[in-house]
Amino acid sequence: MSLPVPPLLTYTVRRVIQAIPIIILIMIGSFLLIKLAPGDTVDALVGDMGGADPAFVARLRAEYGLDQSVMVQLWRYMLKLAQFDFGWSYVYEQPVITVLMSRIGNTMLLMVSSLALAFTFGVALGAIAARRAYSWTDNMISTLGLVFYAMPSFFLSLLLILIFSVKLGWLPVGGIRTIGAFKTGWADVADVARHLVMPTVALSLIYLAFYMRLMRTSVLEVMDLDFVRTARAKGAGGARLMFHHVMRNALLPVVTLLGLQFSTVLGGSVIVETIFSLPGIGQLAYTSVVKRDLNTLMGIIAISSVIVVIVNVVTDLVYAWLDPRIELK
Amino acid sequence: MQGMRGRLLLLGGALCVFAATAQAEDVKRGGTAVVHMVSEQGVLNPALRASTGVYQISGKIMEPLIDKTYDGYVGVLATAWSSSPDGKTITFKLREGVNWHDGKPFTCDDVAFSAMNLWKKLLNYSTTLQANLEAVDCPTPHTAVFRYSKPMPLELLVAAMPDLGHPVPKHLYEGTDILKNPYNQKPVGTGPFKFVEYKRGEYIIAERNKDYWRGKQYPYLDRVIWRFIPDKAAAAAALEAGEIHESGFNGISMEDMVRLSKDPRFDFGSKGFENNVAHSTIEFNLRNPILADLRVRQAIYHALDIDFALKTIMRGHGKPGRGPIPSAAGANYTDNVPTYPFDLDKAKALLDEAGYKPDANGIRFKLKHRPAPWGEYTQLWGEYFAQAMKKIGIQVELVTNDAPGFLNGVYRDHDFDTANGWHQFRADPAVSTTVWLRSGAPVGTAWSNQFGYKSDKMDSLIDAAAAELDPAKRADLYHQVQKLEMTDLPVIFAIEHPFLAITSKKLKNHHNTPRWDSSSWYDLWLDQ
Repeated sequence: MSLPVPPLLTYTVRRVIQAIPIIILIMIGSFLLIKLAPGDTVDALVGDMGGADPAFVARLRAEYGLDQSVMVQLWRYMLKLAQFDFGWSYVYEQPVITVLMSRIGNTMLLMVSSLALAFTFGVALGAIAARRAYSWTDNMISTLGLVFYAMPSFFLSLLLILIFSVKLGWLPVGGIRTIGAFKTGWADVADVARHLVMPTVALSLIYLAFYMRLMRTSVLEVMDLDFVRTARAKGAGGARLMFHHVMRNALLPVVTLLGLQFSTVLGGSVIVETIFSLPGIGQLAYTSVVKRDLNTLMGIIAISSVIVVIVNVVTDLVYAWLDPRIELK
Repeated sequence: MQGMRGRLLLLGGALCVFAATAQAEDVKRGGTAVVHMVSEQGVLNPALRASTGVYQISGKIMEPLIDKTYDGYVGVLATAWSSSPDGKTITFKLREGVNWHDGKPFTCDDVAFSAMNLWKKLLNYSTTLQANLEAVDCPTPHTAVFRYSKPMPLELLVAAMPDLGHPVPKHLYEGTDILKNPYNQKPVGTGPFKFVEYKRGEYIIAERNKDYWRGKQYPYLDRVIWRFIPDKAAAAAALEAGEIHESGFNGISMEDMVRLSKDPRFDFGSKGFENNVAHSTIEFNLRNPILADLRVRQAIYHALDIDFALKTIMRGHGKPGRGPIPSAAGANYTDNVPTYPFDLDKAKALLDEAGYKPDANGIRFKLKHRPAPWGEYTQLWGEYFAQAMKKIGIQVELVTNDAPGFLNGVYRDHDFDTANGWHQFRADPAVSTTVWLRSGAPVGTAWSNQFGYKSDKMDSLIDAAAAELDPAKRADLYHQVQKLEMTDLPVIFAIEHPFLAITSKKLKNHHNTPRWDSSSWYDLWLDQ
């Protein structure tokens, strides 16, 4: 006899299995794409060192396996990847997995806090703006949204540093912890939080603007629908109408955007992490490209694609929860 | 001149003079110096990677046999050095009573092991320098005898030692895969600071070595921290906010440096980089028939307003180049060479003479130019080159690359007409300068003669100078190299510039040696 399997589980398992060939294709494609860039990690290394003699260069290339053809290198890499071995980073002289693990936490912290900030304030401000559409409040919020939307994050980052670190001296310029302070427990948590304030704000404002604008439109649209009129006719008013009837429905497109944008936040973190010298995946990706650190870059791509796949599945599940009409099959 | 060989014994005992100057002010002990680093270093072993990025960190932890100070070359782990009359045997007296950070004594065994296994086989630039090294003997624990198959000028070896003469502890390296040895990332040396921690992407910490051989009073600092800040604007902000004390090697943008130099909290300048000078170059691909014509290269030189570029790009910190050897080279430098002053009319006349008349649009010919991505100087210098060429009817197309793209495009694929980059001078012309001019460099060797330049006279001058034991004759040969280069013009060594640093005035005794950022900082202290 067979046990009844909950549809949620079969759905999730199926989606994950479907994702495997996609990830393999991404890996092969990225590998070849990276190989198209002129020069390899030995060139970058030699460039950094200010030169080396030919014997030295040839020895490094042989050691790193870069003297083989691209297809052989790809085959070797995929074989290793199949055993969950991300290889060795020749720039950091550590296993790639160690390099990634030491940084993924910082990036996730930055991403989650930025998106949470953007989502909470975006949704709240958007709803308020829609509630008082075309009023003075709405205009204020919309203008602010436009400013956030138009401000490039590198500019915003430097502006924040100038005001809060250089002029006021309230917040540290960069890094994740006060170096050499060796704080523990809650003091450490507070220290990390202080270091994350500016990067989080810098990364989240543009998304905050996205969510706000989308939420405003969405709420305005939902408020005109029949079921809202019905609810109002039945006596639901004020807060109950807004939270129970309007917002829940208006959230659907915002959640779609949130899921889609998870990957773009990863991209945005490249700039913010570099400026704030936060040791995260984004900064790592940037230095890996510059130094042609193929293994590390491939490791980042692998982890990012896994994260994006997971987020997509979670987004679909949240859909079904928000709107019972959507069936998971 | 025969008598010269007798006095080739140099003593490296200027240390007491050095210590005396450090005591001039009331020294405060303790504190942490925080230094800006632009890029991450995978290997922290100066006997495996000859690079200023490595020395900036490892210099505090591992020491060379000889260092360069404003009083000349002084012994660090060596105390005296001399050469046999035939130049094939060079003897170093080593310092006694020096211990590695793990407590084991430093002896000749360490030097012999490092020289034979790292300096000769693995270290960039050193493999060429030490190619003829046959063996290092240890007649006593503190005497190292280097035996060469061909004469090695003592002057050359001594000049190379501050960069290419770092011993590693034999007991930690022997019998291991040297390239994969974990101590390459957590160096053990004899220096004033001990390695503590390397947090990738964040910082490196080194702390005071209580057992330092110069005496209990050294070093003055408790700790040195190197912070990796890749963004130059953020690094400038960190300096302003007082989070870092120093940024060397043009670690922040010129604009920010000039701005901070007006701030009374900072010292600014090129002092302490006398040993780290570079040339901004224009490199020609002589395979291109247009550029193979000497008159065209002369015309291009005449069209470059060097003083204007110096003022605008380097903000006055540098001087016009006089061939491949910079004035920082001392006796090996001469300014008695042909020059090509800024003269647009002469440039145009030379191009006309070469048969390249302007067409209806005023264009004589086009060039594909690759500017090197080594930072602000090279990028602006490349843009200036394109502008300057426009004035004499040469249209320059700029092809911008990142580092690997540039190195491959120019030095391997020779896919360029002109390029601009850096020639970094390393104490002696034989280390990294003459490779720019000597023919026969394998294709793909970065910063070597990949310009299609071949001159038998140049090759024989270079070879003769590398083996000449008499310093005066050697200097004369290098003067001839310089003159010949300025005549043939395979490369324009247009501007000689030192690097620049911005330093908090809280740091005392900073930039007091000609390679300060790479030196040990035993006498650096913090006024706070």
